[in-house]
Amino acid sequence: MEPRQAPGRPTDVYFFATCVIDQFYPEAGLDAIRLLEREGVTVHFPADQTCCGQPAYTSGFHAEARQVARRQLDLFPEPWPVVVPSGSCAGMMKHHYPSFFAGEPEARKQAEALSGRIYEFTEFLVHVLGYEPKDASGPTKVVLHTSCSARREMGAHVTGRALLDKLDGVTVAQQDHEAECCGFGGTFALRHPEISAAMVRDKVAALKATGAEKVVSADCGCLMNILGHAAWQDRQEGRRQLSLPGEHIASFLLKRTGGSR
Amino acid sequence: MSRQPLHYIPTTGFRERSKAVVEDDFLQKSFRGAMDFLMAKRAAQFPDGNEFESLRRLGEQIRRNSLDKLPALLTQLEANLVRNGIQVHWAETPEEANRIILAICEKHGAKRMVKGKSMVSEEIEFNHAAEAAGVEAIETDMGEYILQLAGEKPSHIIMPAIHKTKAQIARLFEEKIPGVAYTEDVDALIQIGRRVLRQKFLEADIGLSGVNFAVAETGTLCLVENEGNGRLSTTVPKVHVAITGIEKVIEKLEHVPPLLSLLTRSATGQNITTYFNIISRPRQPGEKDGPEEVHLVLLDNGRTQPFADEELRQTLQCIRCGACMNHCPVYTHIGGHAYGTTYPGPIGEIISPHLLGLEATAALPSASSLCGACGDVCPVNIPIPDLLVRLRTEVYSEPCPDARLKGQGAGYSPWMTAIWRAWAAIYGHPALYRVYSWLASRLNWLTPARQAGWTSVRTPLTPAPRRLRDLLKEKR
Ligand code: SF4
Repeated sequence: MEPRQAPGRPTDVYFFATCVIDQFYPEAGLDAIRLLEREGVTVHFPADQTCCGQPAYTSGFHAEARQVARRQLDLFPEPWPVVVPSGSCAGMMKHHYPSFFAGEPEARKQAEALSGRIYEFTEFLVHVLGYEPKDASGPTKVVLHTSCSARREMGAHVTGRALLDKLDGVTVAQQDHEAECCGFGGTFALRHPEISAAMVRDKVAALKATGAEKVVSADCGCLMNILGHAAWQDRQEGRRQLSLPGEHIASFLLKRTGGSR
Repeated sequence: MSRQPLHYIPTTGFRERSKAVVEDDFLQKSFRGAMDFLMAKRAAQFPDGNEFESLRRLGEQIRRNSLDKLPALLTQLEANLVRNGIQVHWAETPEEANRIILAICEKHGAKRMVKGKSMVSEEIEFNHAAEAAGVEAIETDMGEYILQLAGEKPSHIIMPAIHKTKAQIARLFEEKIPGVAYTEDVDALIQIGRRVLRQKFLEADIGLSGVNFAVAETGTLCLVENEGNGRLSTTVPKVHVAITGIEKVIEKLEHVPPLLSLLTRSATGQNITTYFNIISRPRQPGEKDGPEEVHLVLLDNGRTQPFADEELRQTLQCIRCGACMNHCPVYTHIGGHAYGTTYPGPIGEIISPHLLGLEATAALPSASSLCGACGDVCPVNIPIPDLLVRLRTEVYSEPCPDARLKGQGAGYSPWMTAIWRAWAAIYGHPALYRVYSWLASRLNWLTPARQAGWTSVRTPLTPAPRRLRDLLKEKR
């Protein structure tokens, strides 16, 4: 994947939070915004944003997905970069929107213009801001999980890793079958729960086997799945403490580097 | 044109079958080990990502080009084969293909057949048809032979018996082959198999094989294999019948080397296979070996359906290397039999709906997390995840009388459609979304503790008490 550089260092960006972060992981979104602001970027949060449309798209309900996706096209009138703290949603907007609106010339033009401005969060930090985090905390060992679409469509495994490697006190553990899917896959987890369960079981086992203190990821869909299964295991086995805590990479970075100010 | 599958495992039990496998620790470990091994072998063949990319672009172009000219190339292939003395037969259905092959057997009074490995012969369930007609058809590929003894179908298109352990094979040989003692020594097992099969080759009066590439400009059939059984099946008996799908045609002989390289490196991680057979004509006067008669059966069996659709046509680019299954985390967890189709794994999910119709395969397009591993390794660059998404639109949409795909709408549920419409209404209207998400967060204590499919192995999904948009307001 070729790294893309925005022309010059942007002073303003749009933030597309994604429906999962808005409703389930708001702290991750807030931490991402704080980090960007601490780096001197003004962050704009279009109030009318909802969802990129991916859940319906991958489920095969394209009229419905298009109806939702179309509403996101108008949210970003200024030519600023659009930062998305989730690789799969960023991939949807960057790679699938243009062909998704192939039949509608107006929307297609908008989608194409938007596509070039979409940045996954860690990609934006590394390639656009040239962010150099200064670690301010003690030694820890973490493990990085990258979602499949973030890896394939956005190259986020490289940028996420690059950020973690810049933190002096942080050791990044290497899990077995690192690139293997955690089994989330949106509605896949609901349509084929047994297969999805077997996949997340193996993923959690591989992450735990590293002995890392926590799992860090730039994708909240995977986190819901991985952390949800780990917590369920804890509950089954009567553990009070989480055996595998985890958080969004934005929260982790912000904390390691001294918080919002 | 709807046709009852012959002896296929009914695909409707997909969920039950896959559940049984994922709960079997032994199978989980053995599939995982086998797939790790195959992935490592392939990776060693493509140390240079750029070389792989450029080679697979070439492979993709060759396959696309052949498909774009498919009708013309098939005509050219037939003309050149006939000129070379090879007889050509066209079969629209598996029944027709079986009839054609059995008629050839009958014409020659052939009762004993040796078979090289052929997935198309599995697809038409030839062995059942042969048995019914009193023809003894012996599989001579070691994996296929093991399965024939066990009465099973292949679980992988390249390594058909990959689900079998050494111990199972040892027991099977002891039970089914007279005079054989139990041994788990792999070399000894192979020797036993060879001894039996050698005799079969000598006695056979007809041989059947598949085809990897059929070259139109020369009228040549190419067959890739490792055991030499393909060569024996196609040269020792006095009649050789090859069978293949109509999509296997390629335009030129010079297209073979890149495809062959992609195939062997992707499939088994080999630079080149032990045998590569080029069959161009029957035995000529004065020649000492080779069959006196060679036939080619070209099978449609639903392939014209994806051919007619520009996007779905890409399905037919497949060169059957099996890499997509080796890299698929779903296949790794459920194995090949769970799919219930001749072709399992990602390629099975995209091709089977055309061969069997979407009614029989309704569960398959959704049986993927769309992780994309298959598309990444496919040596002819088939966008498998995109095709799966496309097939999902076909399965779940309301049945429509002029549908182009057999079984379109097989998974249609008014209830599911209503849920997605409601979702689109909410997420497509920012004001409604604000109200909905506000209610979901403020009333999050009402979130059900049991969420179908999700909470069987996970804690419930509960909206946070404050949305990001609320936190942002508080922050300002
Ligand atoms: S779809 Fe691609 S990877 Fe899968 S068997 Fe066919 S050629 Fe190989």
